[in-house]
Amino acid sequence: MSAAWTLIARDVRRGYAGGGAGLVCGFFLLAVILFPFAIGPDRMMLARIGAGAIWVAALLAALLPVDRLVAPDCESGWFDQVAVRGLSLPLVMLLRIVAHWLAFAPPLMLAALVASGLFGLDGAAVLRVELGLLLGTPGLAALAVATGALTAGLRGAGAVAGLLLLPLALPLLIFGAGDDGMGGAKLLAALSLLLVTGAPWLAAAAIRSVRD
Amino acid sequence: MILSLTRVACARGGRLLFAGVSLDLAPGEAMIVTGPNGIGKSSLLRVAAGLLAPFDGIVVRSAPVALMTDDLALDAERTLADVLTFWARLDRGGAARERVAAAIETVGLSPIAGIPVRLLSTGQRRRAALARVLASQVPLWLLDEPGNGLDSAGLAMLEQVIARHRAGGGAVVLTTHQPLSVPGARTLALDERVPA
Repeated sequence: MSAAWTLIARDVRRGYAGGGAGLVCGFFLLAVILFPFAIGPDRMMLARIGAGAIWVAALLAALLPVDRLVAPDCESGWFDQVAVRGLSLPLVMLLRIVAHWLAFAPPLMLAALVASGLFGLDGAAVLRVELGLLLGTPGLAALAVATGALTAGLRGAGAVAGLLLLPLALPLLIFGAGDDGMGGAKLLAALSLLLVTGAPWLAAAAIRSVRD
Repeated sequence: MILSLTRVACARGGRLLFAGVSLDLAPGEAMIVTGPNGIGKSSLLRVAAGLLAPFDGIVVRSAPVALMTDDLALDAERTLADVLTFWARLDRGGAARERVAAAIETVGLSPIAGIPVRLLSTGQRRRAALARVLASQVPLWLLDEPGNGLDSAGLAMLEQVIARHRAGGGAVVLTTHQPLSVPGARTLALDERVPA
């Protein structure tokens, strides 16, 4: 248990160190601000597209940290040291997803509050967006870690990561941004659960294949 | 036996590096693996550590392993003491801070324990990696070129640390190109195990 805590603390610290979380928030807000410029200052229109725009920006922002999540540790031999200590690699990757979520989701959800204000969303809509992000970001974090592991060691990993992550994140976007009440939220939670349970195995297999 | 390899073969990239390597390592024993560059010394250590599956043969470890390679695996932005404590916490046993402090003292890095790892020189990095091995307090050490980049005082410290580890019932497998004094160590010449 204390090993798990040690691993999570290290990864959360890395997530916030060097302005990593701030970068994600800054990028997210900038992407959101582009929409009024592109569409025009029509309040009704902006309020209608607000939730969707926030989700699109969140997906794009989720791409930013992908190349820092796994690749540096593959290069530095970090996973070798973890392996000789007999720690289970899928479990280590699950903890990494938890840590990434802790470093990624809370700042993003705060920034989404600001974005909701920019779009003039009403209280119910803000609540829906925040609930959607709360349920959807674990899935996004799992996808980011899995993608980071799959693209570790590739040249141009950032571009490949985008091609890999965005299509897989499409279901999250559909149910997250959709306006169909609790049914959509339940499906979103189910998707997140599926991704969080599946991604550690995928990521561990990818790291093992890089090691050999 | 702490480590036992039986007729182990290793293949990398579709090429058979070596075959028929057998060794038994009891507490207090040391084994020096020799051979020219590219013969598979590092791969042998990785097989022994369980990081690589042997192409053939059996590997049995009866004790936890500490591995030292060229890969530093220390977060560059954190201080030496913090990052070594991180690894010591992942090893079994408590009192991680104290174990790390003692290890840093032994390798002679106490004055710079509080500076970030990225500022360390080549030799200091090797000493840091050795400190991680020391702090783990496990019986089996696998050291890949531990003397690389160390000055003469560092080499003397390395020999001393290995001797103390063996005196305490530990076992060591190491590769080296430098003449290291490891009294009573057996030698495994890997170039004699290359399949024709």
